Amino acid sequence: MSSLLFLFLIVMIIISAVIVAISSQLIHSAVALLFTLFGVAGLYVFLYADFMAATQVIIYVGGILVLIIFGVMLTNKINTPSIASSSVNQIIGFLASSFLLLLQFAVIFKTDWPQKTFNESWGTGTTAKIGNLLLQDYLLAFEVISILLLAALIGAAFLSRRSS
Amino acid sequence: MNDIQSYLAVASILFSLGVFTVITRRNAIAILMGIELILNAANINFIAFNRFGGMERLDGHIFAIFVIVLAAAEAAVALAIIINLFKNIGTVDVDQAKELRG
Repeated sequence: MSSLLFLFLIVMIIISAVIVAISSQLIHSAVALLFTLFGVAGLYVFLYADFMAATQVIIYVGGILVLIIFGVMLTNKINTPSIASSSVNQIIGFLASSFLLLLQFAVIFKTDWPQKTFNESWGTGTTAKIGNLLLQDYLLAFEVISILLLAALIGAAFLSRRSS
Repeated sequence: MNDIQSYLAVASILFSLGVFTVITRRNAIAILMGIELILNAANINFIAFNRFGGMERLDGHIFAIFVIVLAAAEAAVALAIIINLFKNIGTVDVDQAKELRG
């Protein structure tokens, strides 16, 4: 049952990512990206990363994807043929990405990765441990990235305001 | 089935599709979607390595959180720039944005 669900998640991620890559309607790509991001959140659940799965759903699906759909709707003219359907460099893109894919597959399936099996002591959830790490070992990085996020949001608001 | 190779394989497929999207699309928002695919592939790798390396410490999760924060910041700024581009030249085709080309 669990492996069936895992297979379903993988198939869903790959099919919707292919739709993101080749769909001629930009809004279809955006909706397919929704399914990809949900599938990745499901993979996080399989990896015992409960906090990351929730974060993925809240920030990616609830934030970034809504932002992207807003961008699509603000910049796409409905009637004119969309430029999303025209794509360039298809042969070069296919060759480059399949070369990268084969290279990574060769590395992935030839390397002897560490394979720790499930340990009962993990089963208490990850949120408390992540909170402790963020406020102890990674405190400086946490503060720096919060300032970066604030600066990026102010910059975005500044860039997109109506010029007087 | 539920071993590290399958997660890494899914991540590499996502990464390759993201690279394909970034190379072939001319619409700036579609390119942004390709970048999101690439960042998600990186996040899957971080969390898979953390889980299969034993979860005594959760450093991989922290890195994935930072990647998500950077993706949010990048999406906000990139969409602001794209909307400005649309206001100025009336299109989001990246080939048309050539004012600064030398």
